[in-house]
Amino acid sequence: MAAEVKLMNEIEATAAQMDIDMNIDFSSIQLPPGENFGIISDDEDVYHDDQLELDSGFGNVIVVDNLPVVPREKFEKLEGVLRKIYSQIGVIKEDGLWMPVDPETKKTLGYCFIEYNTPQEAELAKEKTHGYKLDRAHIFAVNMFDDFDKYMKVPDEWAPPEIKPYTPGENLQKWLADEKARDQFVIRAGTDTEVLWNDARQSKTELVYKRTYWTESFVQWSPMGTYLATVHRQGAAVWGGANTFNRLMRYAHPQVKLIDFSPGEKFLVTYSSHEPSNPRDANRVVINIFDVRTGKVMRDFKGSADEFAIGGAGGVAGVSWPIFRWGGGKEDKYFAKLGKNMISVYETETFSLIDKKSLKVENVVDFSWSPTDPIIALFVPELGGGNQPARVSLVQIPGKEELRQKNLFSISDCKMYWQSNGEYLAVKADRYTKTKKSTYTGFELFRIRERDIPIEVLELDNKNDKIIAFAWEPKGHRFAVIHGDNPRPDISFYTMRSTHNLGRVSKLTTLKGKQANALFWSPGGRFIVLAGLKGFNGQLEFFNVDELETMATAEHFMATDVEWDPTGRYVATSVTSVHEMENGFNIWSFNGKLLYRILKDHFFQFLWRPRPPSFLTPEKEEEIAKNLKKYSKKYEAEDQDVSMLLSEQDREKRRMLKEEWEKWVEVWRRAHEEEQLERQKLRDGEASGEEEEYEAKEVEVEEVLDVSEESLLEIFVREFWVMTFMFEWVGEHWTELSTLAVQKLFDEKPLTDLTEEDEEIIKSVVAGTIPSYSLESELGDCKRAVAIRRESLQRLMGKSLSGLPLEGFDYKSILGFHCEMPIEYVQISEGIVGLLLLNGGEFSVPMATTEGCLVASTNRESLF
Amino acid sequence: MRPILMKGHERPLTFLKYNRDGDILFSCAKDHTPTVWFADNGERLGTYRGHNGAVWTCDVSRDSMRLLTGSADQTAKLWNVQTGTQLYTFNFGSPARSVEFSVGDKLASEESVLVIKGPQGRINRAVWGPLNRTIISAGEDAVIRIWDSETGKLLRESDKESGHKKTITSLTKAADGSHFLTGSLDKSAKLLDTRTLTLIKTYGTERPANAVAMSPLLDHVVLGGGHDASAVTTTDHRAGKFEAKFYDKILKEEIGGVKGHFGPINALAFNPDGKSFSSGGEDGYVRLHHSDPDYFNIKI
Repeated sequence: MAAEVKLMNEIEATAAQMDIDMNIDFSSIQLPPGENFGIISDDEDVYHDDQLELDSGFGNVIVVDNLPVVPREKFEKLEGVLRKIYSQIGVIKEDGLWMPVDPETKKTLGYCFIEYNTPQEAELAKEKTHGYKLDRAHIFAVNMFDDFDKYMKVPDEWAPPEIKPYTPGENLQKWLADEKARDQFVIRAGTDTEVLWNDARQSKTELVYKRTYWTESFVQWSPMGTYLATVHRQGAAVWGGANTFNRLMRYAHPQVKLIDFSPGEKFLVTYSSHEPSNPRDANRVVINIFDVRTGKVMRDFKGSADEFAIGGAGGVAGVSWPIFRWGGGKEDKYFAKLGKNMISVYETETFSLIDKKSLKVENVVDFSWSPTDPIIALFVPELGGGNQPARVSLVQIPGKEELRQKNLFSISDCKMYWQSNGEYLAVKADRYTKTKKSTYTGFELFRIRERDIPIEVLELDNKNDKIIAFAWEPKGHRFAVIHGDNPRPDISFYTMRSTHNLGRVSKLTTLKGKQANALFWSPGGRFIVLAGLKGFNGQLEFFNVDELETMATAEHFMATDVEWDPTGRYVATSVTSVHEMENGFNIWSFNGKLLYRILKDHFFQFLWRPRPPSFLTPEKEEEIAKNLKKYSKKYEAEDQDVSMLLSEQDREKRRMLKEEWEKWVEVWRRAHEEEQLERQKLRDGEASGEEEEYEAKEVEVEEVLDVSEESLLEIFVREFWVMTFMFEWVGEHWTELSTLAVQKLFDEKPLTDLTEEDEEIIKSVVAGTIPSYSLESELGDCKRAVAIRRESLQRLMGKSLSGLPLEGFDYKSILGFHCEMPIEYVQISEGIVGLLLLNGGEFSVPMATTEGCLVASTNRESLF
Repeated sequence: MRPILMKGHERPLTFLKYNRDGDILFSCAKDHTPTVWFADNGERLGTYRGHNGAVWTCDVSRDSMRLLTGSADQTAKLWNVQTGTQLYTFNFGSPARSVEFSVGDKLASEESVLVIKGPQGRINRAVWGPLNRTIISAGEDAVIRIWDSETGKLLRESDKESGHKKTITSLTKAADGSHFLTGSLDKSAKLLDTRTLTLIKTYGTERPANAVAMSPLLDHVVLGGGHDASAVTTTDHRAGKFEAKFYDKILKEEIGGVKGHFGPINALAFNPDGKSFSSGGEDGYVRLHHSDPDYFNIKI
C-alpha cells in the first residue's frame, strides 16, 4: 500500500507539472481483465491454489527440500534445528520427522519429511516456511507430500484434452411436471431421510425416495428445488434426478458444518471450523465456494474465526451464518461479507472484490441485500455517545453510490426487513426513551421503486408495545406485526397503499389478544397463519387478510415449526425432536382444515421442496386469475373423479379385508371343531359346545318414514295463498302489530319458561314483599329460585343478565355451604397433580386454578 | 351410559378379569389386595388379603370357584373365591407377572413341573395355547414365543421384522383361543394366530399401548394406554390421551374413544357377553362401562 501511495504522489506531482486535472474518479476506471498494472488488490489471497484433501492419508505430511547435506556426525544437530523451526508452527507427531540417509555415502539426501497432527498445521507450515533462508545456500522448498503425486502425474508433453461426446443429463425438473401437480417434501426422522409427495387429495403421502443414513447432520433443498444437499464428514453432496435421487456431485470439504446455496443455485458455500492445536488461538475457519454443477472450487477463504465473527449475532458461537450473503437476485452476481469497518463485496465473474476494494463503512454492524436488486442496506449504530447519529443507508452495487440515507437518533437496535420483490424496506428501530431506561419501537418504511426513495415513519398506536414479530406479505404491499406484551399480544395489519392518498401507509385492522408469536404468510400472499409456537402450545389461526376474517382456528400441540408449501395451497406444522413428545407433522389446507397427521419419533426436519419462479408473465397470470372459473371446472371434475375412485378403492379394500378375515375365521372354526373332543376330555366331559354363547347378528331394520307426495305446484299454490292471506291480515292489524313488536324489543327474553305462578313471585320480589334470599327455602326448588332471582334482578336494574349461564349446575349442592343468593356459576378449570405424599399415602390431588403453569410446576415437583 | 367408578384400590390398577359368566369382576392393583366386584353395578364384594407386594395378575377358574393371583412378593396364591381364604401359595424366585389356569383347570402340583428359561428380559405375559399343548410368552424383548408345554422346547418365535419394536405389555386371547392380541410400548397392537404365530393385523395408535382387549361379541378391539406418569406434564394437557380407543378389528380403523381416566390405562377387560367392559388406570380407579344401544349399531 505504501508503494502505491508513493506512486500516486509521484503521478500527482507529474500531473501538476504537466497541468493536468487530477480529479478523476478512480473507481470508475476499468482495467483490462487479467492486468493489474502493478496495483495489488487488497484481496491478496485470491490466487491461492485450492487445497483439496486427498484420501491418501498423507495430508498432514510436508516435504522440506534444499536442506544442507550433512554427514552422520552433524545429523542430530540439523534435526535439532529443524525441530526448533517446525515445532513452533504445530505439533510434530512422535517420530514425525524423518530425514533419509544415503546408504552409500552415509550422508543425508538434503530433504526430510515432517508429519503434523493435522493437515491444517501442515498447510500452515508450508505457507510459513516455504522460502525460509537457513543460510545463503539453503533456501527451503516446502511442499505438501500429497502434491508430489499430483505434480509427478503432469505429463511432460502437452496433449490436447479429450473432448467427450455430449450426453444429455437427466431432467432435474421433472418433479414439477407431476400430473396431479403435487408438491414434494423431505423429512428426517431417526436415521431415515425420506422424500415424499404430498397427496393431499387422498390425505396421505406417497414415497419418492427413502434412505437410511443419507446425511450425517441435516439436509437442505437448493433455493429452486433442483437439488437436495446432504452433509457428510468428507464434504457435502447434492442429489437429484428425474424419478429418483442420484448423487449428482460431491464437494470435498472435511468436517463441513454449514452449507448455503446462492439464490440462483449456481454456487454452494461450505463452512467448517477447526479446533486450533494451540488452545489460545481462535478456531480456524475454512470456507469454500463451489460451482454447483462442475464441483469446482471457485474461491476459498481461510482464517481465524475472529475475522469472520464481526458484526452479526456475536455471542459465543461468533460466526453468524450465512457469512456470505448473496445479492443481485437470482443471477448470483454478487456476494458480500461483513468485515471490520467494511463490507467486502465480491462478484462471481472473477470471484474477486469489486474494484479490488471493499466498501469502507466505519463501524458498520449489519447489512442486507435487496432480494431482487443489487442494493445493499446497511446499518451503522450511534457513535460517540450519541453525538454521531445512527444511520441506515442504501448503496447501489457495483457503483457503490449511496442511493438514500437516513439518520436515526437515540437508537438501541435496528433490524431490516425487505419485501420479497424488493419494493419496500422496513427498518425496525428500537429507540431509547428520554430516560434511557426503556426502549420503544418505530418503523422507517422505504419505498425503493419510487423516485428519490421516500421514507415514511410508522409508529404503533401504543408506542410502548414490544414488537414480537414482523412479516411482509410476499410479493404484496401489506405487512403484519405482532405487538404488545405477553401473554396475549395484538396483531396489526398495515398496507403501503391506501385508497385515499396513495403513498401513505395505513392500518387495515388490529386483532386483539391473540395467542400468537410468529407470522407465516402464504407464499402467494393474502393468507397468513398466526401461530403461537412454544409457549403458546401450538395455537394456529388461519387468517384471510383480503377479507380480514379468520378462516379457522386450530391447534397442533407443541408445534415447533410452520411451513407453507411453495404454492400456498397447504401448510405443514411439525413438532421436531426439540420437544420430546408427540413428534411428527400435520398437513393443513390453506384455510385451516386438517388433512392428515403423521407421527414419527425423533423427528428432525420437515422441508417443502421449493419451486423455481413461474415462467408466466404477469399479464398471463392475471388472465388466468380472471378466467379461473373456466379452469377450475376441469379440476373440480378431476377432484370428483379422485373421490369417486377413492371410495371405489376403499370399498374394494374393505371387501378384501373382510374376505381375508372370513378365511381366518373359517380356519379357526375348523381347528376348534377338530379339537372339541379333546377339549371335552380335558374338562371332564363337560360339553364345550356352549362356548359360543353370544353371537352378534346383524339385523336390518327398515322403517318407512311418513311418505307424502305432493306436486311442487300444489305446494307453491298453497304457499302463495298463505302469503296473500298474511299480507291482508298484517294490513288490517298493522297498528296492533307494531306496538307488539316494539314491546317485544324492550322485553328481555325470559331466562327459562316462567309460569304464571313464577310471574307472581317475581312481582312480589320486585315489590319487596318476598325477600330474595328466602326464595330457596320458600320454593324448595333451587334452580327455580335462581331463575326467579335473576328475572327480578333484571327488572330492578333494567339490565340484561341473559348471557350468564344458568343450566348445567346443581344449585342445591351449594345451598348453605358455598354461596348465598346465587344467580349464576363460573367455570374454573381443574388439573390433577401428584402423586403427592400426604399423611404417608400417595394421592393424586385435583387443583382448581386459573393460573397457568401452576399445576404443571406442582406436578414437576411431585413424586415422579 | 355413564360409567360406574369403582374406587377400591389405593394404587394403580394392574389387571382386570371377568369370570366366565360375566357376573363378577376381579381387579388387581399395586396395593396388595386383589378385589372382587359385581360386574353389573360395581358393588364391592370382597378382597383377598395375604399378598405382600403389588399384585400383577390373576385368573379365575371356569367354575368361578378358585382365584389364582400372581404378585411381586414372588408368590402366586390360590384363593377360594367365595370365602376369600388362601388355599395354597406357590413360591418363586422372582415376581409372578402372569398366571393362567390351563384348559380344564386341573394342571397343578406342589412342585414346579417345568421351568422355561431363555428369553432375555422380563416376561410380562404367558398364556396356555390350545389344548394345553403350548405356552405363549411375551415380554420386554418384544418377541412372542411359543413353547412346548411338555418339554419346554421353543417351537416358534415371532418375526423380528414385522414384530413389536418395544416391550410387550399385554396379551389377550380370543374367546375360543384361536388368535390373540398383544399391546406394546411401540404404540401398536398386533393380532396373531395362536397356532402359527402369523401376524394378521397391526393397529397403530398415538401412545404406548399398556392394555388391550377384544370384544367377544363384535369385531372390535380396544387399546388403552398413555404416556408414563413422569412424562404427563410434558405432553398434551387434554385428558384425551388417556382414552380407551376402539378399533374395527378387521378394517383396523379407529371407531371411537372412551375418555375418563386421568392417568394411563393399565388394564382392560371385556365382559364375556360383550355388552360391557371395564378399564383400570394408573389413577387407581376402575371404570365400568355398560355400552349404549348405539354402540351395537356402529357402522363404518
